[in-house]
Amino acid sequence: MDLNYTAEDEAFRAEVRAFIEQNQPQHLKGVKRGEYRTKEDFLAWHKILYKKGWLVPSWPAPYNTLSWTPTQKYIWNEENARAETPAILPFGVSMVGPVIYTFGTPEQKARFIPGILSGEVWWCQGYSEPGAGSDLASLKTRAVREGDHYVVNGQKTWTTLAQFADWIFVLVRTDPNAKAQEGITFLLCDMKTPGITVKPIITMDGSHEVNEVWFDNVKVPVENRIHEENKGWTCAKFLLSHERAGIAGVARSKNAIGRLKQMLAMEVVDGGKLIDDADFERKVAELEIDLTALEFTELRTLAAEQAGKGPGLESSILKIKGTEIQQRITELTLEAVGYYAMPFADPLAHNEFAPGPDYAEGAAQHYANMRKTSIYGGSNEIQRNIIAKMVLGL
Amino acid sequence: MDFSFTEEQTLLRNSVQKLIQSSYDFETRRKVAKSEAGWRKEIWQQIANDGLIGAAIPEDFGGLGGGAVETMIVMEEFGRGLVIEPYLQNAVIAAGFLKAGGSTKQKEELLPAIAGGESTYAFAYAEPQGRYNLADLTTKATKSGNGYTLNGYKAVVLGAPWADKLIVTARTGGDQRDAKGVSVFIVDKNAKGVTTRDYPTVDGLRASEVTLENVAVGADALIGGEGEGLPLIERVSDEAIAALSAEAIGAMKVLNDTTVEYCKTRKQFGTPIGKFQVLQHRMVDMFMNYEQSVSITYMVTLKLEEEEAERKKAASAAKVQIGKAGRFIGQQSVQLHGGMGMTDELNVGHYFKRLTMIDTQFGNVDHHLKRYASLS
Ligand SMILES: Cc1cc2nc3c(=O)[nH]c(=O)nc-3n(C[C@H](O)[C@H](O)[C@H](O)COP(=O)(O)OP(=O)(O)OC[C@H]3O[C@@H](n4cnc5c(N)ncnc54)[C@H](O)[C@@H]3O)c2cc1C
Repeated sequence: MDLNYTAEDEAFRAEVRAFIEQNQPQHLKGVKRGEYRTKEDFLAWHKILYKKGWLVPSWPAPYNTLSWTPTQKYIWNEENARAETPAILPFGVSMVGPVIYTFGTPEQKARFIPGILSGEVWWCQGYSEPGAGSDLASLKTRAVREGDHYVVNGQKTWTTLAQFADWIFVLVRTDPNAKAQEGITFLLCDMKTPGITVKPIITMDGSHEVNEVWFDNVKVPVENRIHEENKGWTCAKFLLSHERAGIAGVARSKNAIGRLKQMLAMEVVDGGKLIDDADFERKVAELEIDLTALEFTELRTLAAEQAGKGPGLESSILKIKGTEIQQRITELTLEAVGYYAMPFADPLAHNEFAPGPDYAEGAAQHYANMRKTSIYGGSNEIQRNIIAKMVLGL
Repeated sequence: MDFSFTEEQTLLRNSVQKLIQSSYDFETRRKVAKSEAGWRKEIWQQIANDGLIGAAIPEDFGGLGGGAVETMIVMEEFGRGLVIEPYLQNAVIAAGFLKAGGSTKQKEELLPAIAGGESTYAFAYAEPQGRYNLADLTTKATKSGNGYTLNGYKAVVLGAPWADKLIVTARTGGDQRDAKGVSVFIVDKNAKGVTTRDYPTVDGLRASEVTLENVAVGADALIGGEGEGLPLIERVSDEAIAALSAEAIGAMKVLNDTTVEYCKTRKQFGTPIGKFQVLQHRMVDMFMNYEQSVSITYMVTLKLEEEEAERKKAASAAKVQIGKAGRFIGQQSVQLHGGMGMTDELNVGHYFKRLTMIDTQFGNVDHHLKRYASLS
């Protein structure tokens, strides 16, 4: 056991930090909560990393020539969080990309991977349906084979940022008579195909992140099918384990606690600073300790991975604790700003009057928005079911 | 001991329920919250005409002569209906100041207009540096001639965009956080030197930032004795807390009922999700949180007339219970609705947000835990 970074690790950190300092898009540094972002804003950092060759350190050769150790990847995440670089959207590089390089044909890899990497093609995830959330395998969107294409009918929902998407990866039912998991197929679909309609869903914080995606006799060429017909569940399961691995967000939470402390140093209570208030101090300390434990849980997972064991079912711990901590940070932020949590900052409009200190803007909305994290990516109840069943054998 | 309601009180509740049913469906509420005005003047007038604003105003001054229990009944039903109109600011706070601190002349002149919905008030007390400390004031009122001149800044004044009068707390003496030297004034919103910037709040209400610059008021603008305002402000704030507790239990009840109903009908894995024991226990905890909140709301409502220390403790206890229960019930209602709970379209998120904001009004859990401990 050894907690120290090697000299190479420290050199790596210095290199990464210098690169971020020189290349970070300044106008996106620490984008304020709920602040409106364009499609280009979302992709700005992605494109810079792509150019540098640092976009997908976890991908295999030939797409990735880096051989960063898990520790170095960890440092990479930390440095990005510290500098508040824009997060990289997961739908292409962490979701459909790995599915395609794992299960796709050589033609499919050649056709789709370059656009994922360059950021030219924006992907969205078409899994959930109104009737199929936690019980994903009950999905009903139907695909019927007709010659060289499938005809797709049905509805997906909660599709994150589909309003910007060029392509969607969808799970469809191809065999309604087979057992739920066995009749599902994984299709790639151009969002411009006739018959696709995207309808916005506004969330309670006033933002437009999610959508309904409707399919009305949408023709999808058979060559856009990944893996065999009725083997889509294999891809889905593979992808879900990928989705969970990054979800702890330790580095970003650390940074968010730092921001919270800055806020506490500015907030006044009875003539003193809120950061010196014993009750508040204690709550922040508890949160920080919780995060430290999670950090070392994640490091243990990384070390196991480095030793050749894949991400275990313990990744459910990372998801549950990671999101609970993220939510707690937003609770304490809400409490910290007092009355200035109340003003509504419309994320769909610009330049509205925003009273109170800058850092307070949208605090309650962010708190409301982050309730999503214990619902999506496999709800925290489902994650606990997984641990109960697969880890504890209950 | 008796926790039952009189026949009149039951009738009052029925009439509030009727009003909500006939003109306060959720879709209408959503539209109104997003409209230019943000409220419905005609509904406010109807609330007045039904005698609700005056429910706890003495008959001599145009009210129905009820008390804290009547206020509780109206606020609880308004909580269920997620009512936007500034009942708290007028029926509870403005009327509260006048009832407890106003001269006979002020009561005669001002209370009937409040009860009748003709004049509308907002309470301008919070300041950016003051947080929840009611005495922490930099707004100053200096004597000039027969009256006073006010200067200062008030933060997040709820209902101010709809008000024609403001109740303003200001220092007439003492240091920034002294108990002595605080005074309460009634200020016309359109008086020279008053500027407001209006904005919507997260829970669908409206508020203003208020700047007072050399605002001249007469001697008759003062409510209560000069420099003796803090006990009065604390009293009215405690009454506001009791009313907010009632509003909160109304909102909690809707969330709990809606969530239980949803879990009975929403199916996943071939079964209603309400069959999963972990969700059953969660809903039981929500239910217990609600029942505890109802109890403490009754307690504070019945203790508002007790001696000061007892009343303060009751109010702080209630605010702590309501704040904790409101957060738990709000969060779990969203969680158990899954993605649906996150939407603007469903009422759940709106109750969640209102409960979140109730914790902020008149001091949050932390503030009242401290206050309670300091009184024990
Ligand atoms: C902001 C946001 C973004 C999203 N983005 C996407 C996206 O891009 N693409 C996509 O496909 N999906 C997306 N989702 C959908 C998300 O994956 C689902 O919301 C999630 O799977 C839960 O499904 P549901 O909403 O239908 O809730 P339900 O499955 O109906 O769950 C309701 C409640 O029941 C609980 N529950 C269900 N089953 C059990 C059980 N067996 N035991 C105990 N409790 C249980 C749940 O935990 C939850 O609390 C997103 C969701 C949100 C909120």
